[in-house]
Amino acid sequence: MSEESIISLKNVNKWFGDFHVLQDVNLEVKKKERIVVCGPSGSGKSTMIRCINRLEEHQEGSIVVDGIELTGNLKNIDNVRKEVGMVFQQFNLFPHLSVKENITLAPIWVKKMPKAEAEELAMRQLEIVKIPEQANKYPGQLSGGQQQRVAIARSLAMNPNIMLFDEPTSALDPEMIKEVLDVMVDLANGGMTMIVVTHEMGFAKTVADRMVFMDEGKIVEEASPDKFFNNPESDRTKLFLSQILHQ
Amino acid sequence: MNEMNEVRKPPVATTGIIGWLRINLFFNWTNSLITLFVIYCLYQFIPWILDWTIFSADFKYNYLGEQITNQEMCSRNLDPENGGACWAVIYVRFYQFIYGFYPKVEVWRVNVAYAMLALALLPLLYAKLPYRKYFLYFTYIFPVIAYFLLNGGLGFTEVSTNKWGGLLVTLVLGCTGIALAFPIGIMLALGRRSKLPVISMICTLFIEFIRGVPLITLLFFGMVMLPLFLPEGIDMDGLVRVLVAVTLFQSAYMAEVIRGGLQAIPPGQYEAAKSLGMSYWRMNLLIILPQAIRISIPPIVNTSIGLFKDTTLVIIVGILDLLGIGRGTLADTNWLGLSYEIYFFVSLVFFIFTFGMSRYSLYLEKKLKTGINMGAD
Repeated sequence: MSEESIISLKNVNKWFGDFHVLQDVNLEVKKKERIVVCGPSGSGKSTMIRCINRLEEHQEGSIVVDGIELTGNLKNIDNVRKEVGMVFQQFNLFPHLSVKENITLAPIWVKKMPKAEAEELAMRQLEIVKIPEQANKYPGQLSGGQQQRVAIARSLAMNPNIMLFDEPTSALDPEMIKEVLDVMVDLANGGMTMIVVTHEMGFAKTVADRMVFMDEGKIVEEASPDKFFNNPESDRTKLFLSQILHQ
Repeated sequence: MNEMNEVRKPPVATTGIIGWLRINLFFNWTNSLITLFVIYCLYQFIPWILDWTIFSADFKYNYLGEQITNQEMCSRNLDPENGGACWAVIYVRFYQFIYGFYPKVEVWRVNVAYAMLALALLPLLYAKLPYRKYFLYFTYIFPVIAYFLLNGGLGFTEVSTNKWGGLLVTLVLGCTGIALAFPIGIMLALGRRSKLPVISMICTLFIEFIRGVPLITLLFFGMVMLPLFLPEGIDMDGLVRVLVAVTLFQSAYMAEVIRGGLQAIPPGQYEAAKSLGMSYWRMNLLIILPQAIRISIPPIVNTSIGLFKDTTLVIIVGILDLLGIGRGTLADTNWLGLSYEIYFFVSLVFFIFTFGMSRYSLYLEKKLKTGINMGAD
């Protein structure tokens, strides 16, 4: 399994003060695999994926991304971040820059891409997320769903091998969730390695290769969507699913 | 049914000039009384101030038609019934007010520097200026040109800074202080928020020390103590010493103002920048500072205006700025007793500059706000 792993977490532990937020987390992700992580709030799922691009530091265990181990080495961290794109719950677009500038900024400054080429790339990415007509607007002028799609385009412009999604639809109005999920489904079908923290179980069923359920800082259950939804092993999973599916 | 389609206009008395007057000036009895009282006061005051400053004032000649050369010849001193302000003192001493004791032969250099300052400010004031980029290059090298122009060197005769004075000193101190304090303040603000304990501690100590000391003390410190730190034989110019003190003072305040702006930036902005692979400096230069400075424009301009006025304190270490020249003139027996005129003139000059800065900040705020909704994400 591990020889084709692109992400590998081994016995990862992390504390916030005294709070043991990640407890011996082990996870192997293969190339092109789509993982959906779910669990109650405070279960450490966001913290786990934020450790993968070192927005959070783990304190014990090892995290290897595409052959690069995450340690205090800044160069390694930079290299990992170039490989890994991330989409946030709050979009985190840069409000002082236009949509196009949001997307071209990192290619121009981090990848040293010529401006014209970066702009062309930005327009291509905006086509992919289906909002090329918004290129010259500012984030504040867009709806939540549009902003989140710009955020996805911004990440994709760095041509990452792996995409992390941290509850990408949780801050959206219900009628905008679908437009974002559609883009994510396209991305998954295109063969992107993805780890998605979400409560959108419909999305999980269509896209996920594997479900990961977390509770209290531990991975409680890992299974195929089919098994996870129809025949989960742990009682905790059953309780969670019954709460999330019977609203 | 027809009524539904008619466009109903708002009641006449709530719009237009009448509406405005009603809402703002005559809303109820108290409001109306206050309005009438204020109008009465203005009616009493405005004609008097116009008469004193303009209609009955002497500019160059008194009411007898003689050219005024000392205070005894002012109309109001010849005949208390006749005459208002005696602006002749400003006219006679105008050169000193603007240039201090700068040699007359070389004064064209100051004039060129003033003109260049205006040119250097142009691209900062008008974002839509054609060829703005090239004007900006000029803005960056202007301080170097101004140094040689005013101080001498490169073929210019040296004019020692103790001959500088008046508006020249005020502008040199104000502009240099503000321009240098801005980048230093940014570095201090970033340093204070740094995760490296040594850097953060040094910056915090520096800021707290400078902020905890009155500017006057810093000026004395610059005058008396600074030379002790310099190697033997190197004599630091008096104006430079004061400049160092003023810049340090201003950068500590600027740092705190910018730190306030930095704190308003949501952590998500840092995370987004990092997740795109940006280094610390790129993240700050491209993402964080542009937003933080934008938020801080009102307090940045506020402290800058404060500094511009505080430069008058240099008088206590013997440097004659605009106010210093004014006080010097008052001490001259020829012009004794003309304090109204002199202080009025000095205030007016300061007001013109500070009001200009204040309007510029409003313009910047409006311009930078276009299409940006900081709260949206």
